[in-house]
Amino acid sequence: MKQFIAFVKKEFRHIIRDNRTLLIILGMPVVEILLFGFAVNMEVQNIRVAVYDPTPDAFTTGIAERIRQNSYFNYRGSVQTMDEMEESMRKGELDLAVVFQQNFQEELVHSGEADVQLLSNSSDPNRGSIAATYATAIIAGFQREQTDLIQIPFQIQTENRMIYNPLMKSSYMFVPGIMGLVLMIICTIMTSVSIVREKERGTMEVLLASPLKQGTMIFAKTIPYMVISFIDFVIILLLSYFVLDVPVNGSLLLLFFVAILYITLTLSYGLTVSTLVDKQVNAVIFSAITAMIPVLMLSGMIFPVDNMPGALQALSAIVPARWFIEAVRKVMIQGLGVTIAWKEMLVLTGMTLFLLGVTIMKTKKRLE
Amino acid sequence: MSKKVIEVFNLTKKFGNFTAVDRISFDVKEGEIFGFLGANGAGKTTAMQMLCGISMPTAGEGTVAGYDIIKENERIKRNIGYMSQKFSLYEDLKVWENIRLFGGIYGLSDKTIAEKTNELLKQLDFEQERNTLVKYLPLGWKQKLAFSVAIFHEPRIVFLDEPTGGVDPAMRRQFWEMIYDAADRGITVFVTTHYMDEAEYCNRVSIMVDGRIDALDTPAELRRRFSADSMDEVFRQLARKAKRGDQ
Amino acid sequence: MIEVKDLHKSYGRQGKVNALNSISFTVDDGEIFGVIGPDGAGKSSLFRILASLILPDSGSAIMNGHDVVKDYRKIRQIIGYMPGRFSLYQDLSVEENLVFFATLFNTTVEENYHLIKDIYQQIEPFKKRRAGALSGGMKQKLALSCALIHKPEILILDEPTTGVDPVSRKEFWDMLGRLKEQGITILVSTAYMDEASRCDRIALIREGEFIGSDTPQGIIDDYPEILWAVEGTGMSALLGELRAHDKVKSSFAFGDKIHITVEKSLQTEELKRYLANKKFNDVRIAPIAPTVEDCFMALTS
Repeated sequence: MKQFIAFVKKEFRHIIRDNRTLLIILGMPVVEILLFGFAVNMEVQNIRVAVYDPTPDAFTTGIAERIRQNSYFNYRGSVQTMDEMEESMRKGELDLAVVFQQNFQEELVHSGEADVQLLSNSSDPNRGSIAATYATAIIAGFQREQTDLIQIPFQIQTENRMIYNPLMKSSYMFVPGIMGLVLMIICTIMTSVSIVREKERGTMEVLLASPLKQGTMIFAKTIPYMVISFIDFVIILLLSYFVLDVPVNGSLLLLFFVAILYITLTLSYGLTVSTLVDKQVNAVIFSAITAMIPVLMLSGMIFPVDNMPGALQALSAIVPARWFIEAVRKVMIQGLGVTIAWKEMLVLTGMTLFLLGVTIMKTKKRLE
Repeated sequence: MSKKVIEVFNLTKKFGNFTAVDRISFDVKEGEIFGFLGANGAGKTTAMQMLCGISMPTAGEGTVAGYDIIKENERIKRNIGYMSQKFSLYEDLKVWENIRLFGGIYGLSDKTIAEKTNELLKQLDFEQERNTLVKYLPLGWKQKLAFSVAIFHEPRIVFLDEPTGGVDPAMRRQFWEMIYDAADRGITVFVTTHYMDEAEYCNRVSIMVDGRIDALDTPAELRRRFSADSMDEVFRQLARKAKRGDQ
Repeated sequence: MIEVKDLHKSYGRQGKVNALNSISFTVDDGEIFGVIGPDGAGKSSLFRILASLILPDSGSAIMNGHDVVKDYRKIRQIIGYMPGRFSLYQDLSVEENLVFFATLFNTTVEENYHLIKDIYQQIEPFKKRRAGALSGGMKQKLALSCALIHKPEILILDEPTTGVDPVSRKEFWDMLGRLKEQGITILVSTAYMDEASRCDRIALIREGEFIGSDTPQGIIDDYPEILWAVEGTGMSALLGELRAHDKVKSSFAFGDKIHITVEKSLQTEELKRYLANKKFNDVRIAPIAPTVEDCFMALTS
């Protein structure tokens, strides 16, 4: 046990004294969240919009006119039936549909409340959600003007609905993705590099020539990275909650459990990599190619898995991040419990056991 | 009196508060074999880096191969050769590829390189190893080849940093015979070593202690002055005075 | 007691490179045994096998009763191993390194401080300094302290003095002498032939084979040639003339002298006259006792 503690202490010292790396591993989640949160949410123009207005009146035509005049929108006219609207949306001809309720003006004057639905096409979730935000702003502006004009308090209820990709507000989509990416990078690259560095610098030779058991060393190596990646996970969670307004709808405890499961998995992968290569450079390259790129391309972080061709979908099944992202979405965003997310968690556990098995088999008790 | 190819005056290098090289002054004549000795940490490497034009002196002045070490360091690099125990040749290149590469770096024409390569391999009796990867050569052969490559472009001075460390005794002597040949051809040899018998092979020897040159003379004169039987003893007497210890 | 029997080891495709070829020797308790030879002769491979870090192709090595292959766990408790390359944590301080290695071996610095006191005291003023910022000689002392901190029965030192200046080298060997007095068996390798005299017994190694093994004096006594030292001015030219003489078998520079081996029939006066004819008038020639380096060269020629 003393050996173990001494080793963990030593690992922490390595990390703390390497200021640049420390900055990267703690700064990375912040930068990524802000980058995706703001830079990726760029201004959207030329939003193709149509209006469904079963009973046109002064208010509905007024709102439609404002949208038509707004420079961000490309007004495609009004549609006659909901079916027609859905058809154009499915074809991708529309980004947004504004759907007024029946007898809009009447409802508004009599009950002081009327509903308008904004249906955004979320096959491009970013564009869809921004379009809806713009439209909401226009309607709110119209409402303010009317209130000033006729002095009657009334309320236009706007309801945003994403269709074809429900719940895919873009930040909802990328926050779990960033968690998957950052943890993968830190755990896999850092762990494999820290072990391979001992081989490269010759310190492994001395460790091997000591009574220290290989298992103790490997386990001790993972502890600091487990702590750091958990800190990173919490940073991402706090930033998404407070800066990007991503809700935590489900159990926080379950979410942490999923995170620890995934961290263990990525650490195991880092250990596996370290048994396969002998140079730090190779460890970085190998981890980057086998861990980072699949997270970006195949995990559903950027491209929805459902939209992938069959072969890539199959390939994505072996990408751990895919299952983690799915589990986080279910637990964090959709607020579902373990009864729904068990499958993903089971896959993550299975992968971990497999990688640990490979690592144990490949770990050498000698130099060659 | 032959020409001086290295002349330095009060050359100094400081790293923060620490004076690695402390006002050293000396000169080296053309064709001379100049031994540059000192304990670990005495400042040898730093001094050598300044002479090779890869480290800027904090103070002092000097010329190497006729060029100012402060203003003309790029020209110096073209007129010197360098080899060390740590780096000399690319292990994963073949013998001829290494020669080709270093010839090219110093701007020799393809024709010259081809001619000189044949000549060199013949001299070293290496013709059969032309296509061997350098990493498969025994250390002694490697060092001999590295030395030949370092003087391939006929530099005026060649700097050798512990060229014979770990080399077997017979090879070490063959190596020194190559040094003598080079010196006879007018190439000045500036060499560091931890083998004190090799200090005897130098025309003159300087011994650095704590960043300064404490002694500089022919080996015989140094032995006489310190009433010592060997250079080893001279070295010990001087190094024992070191205050800096190991820095 | 170390008993090595018929060790073989080869590397590369189809065992192309013969690193060790039929190595056998024994080392008694409390002995300093030196393995002496140039780089690439197989010293590191041998020491790594003895430290249980690599497996031999065949042969056996028993260290204080433990087999280096089967009982590798036990081996790793009783040896202190110092690899050829500086192998401590450069980003940890002197003190942190020492404490870490003590803990690794389930001991404390205090428990065995008496063993390293001599050595460690010299670097203790710098105990807060990071190991990477130490000079060659100091790194060596720290590495030795770390290898000693668990009071090993056998110390395996792979080229501890490479790249170290003559004064620090002498100090290092003085330290080994004091450790020997504490009863520690020391196995040490070096490429510096002049360090042979500091060992109780030595083995000369070349291209994976022991070409001689005895006490340093024994090796010298077995020197088969007649050895003379020639002194004079103009070494390079003198060397050439000596080689041209048909009764001179070999001639090599040794510091300020030239060591030559000669045919029995050659007399010093005869050689002097020969050299005088070549205009070397101030030449002194005298028979001398060989050094280990002479022996190594005679054995490898």
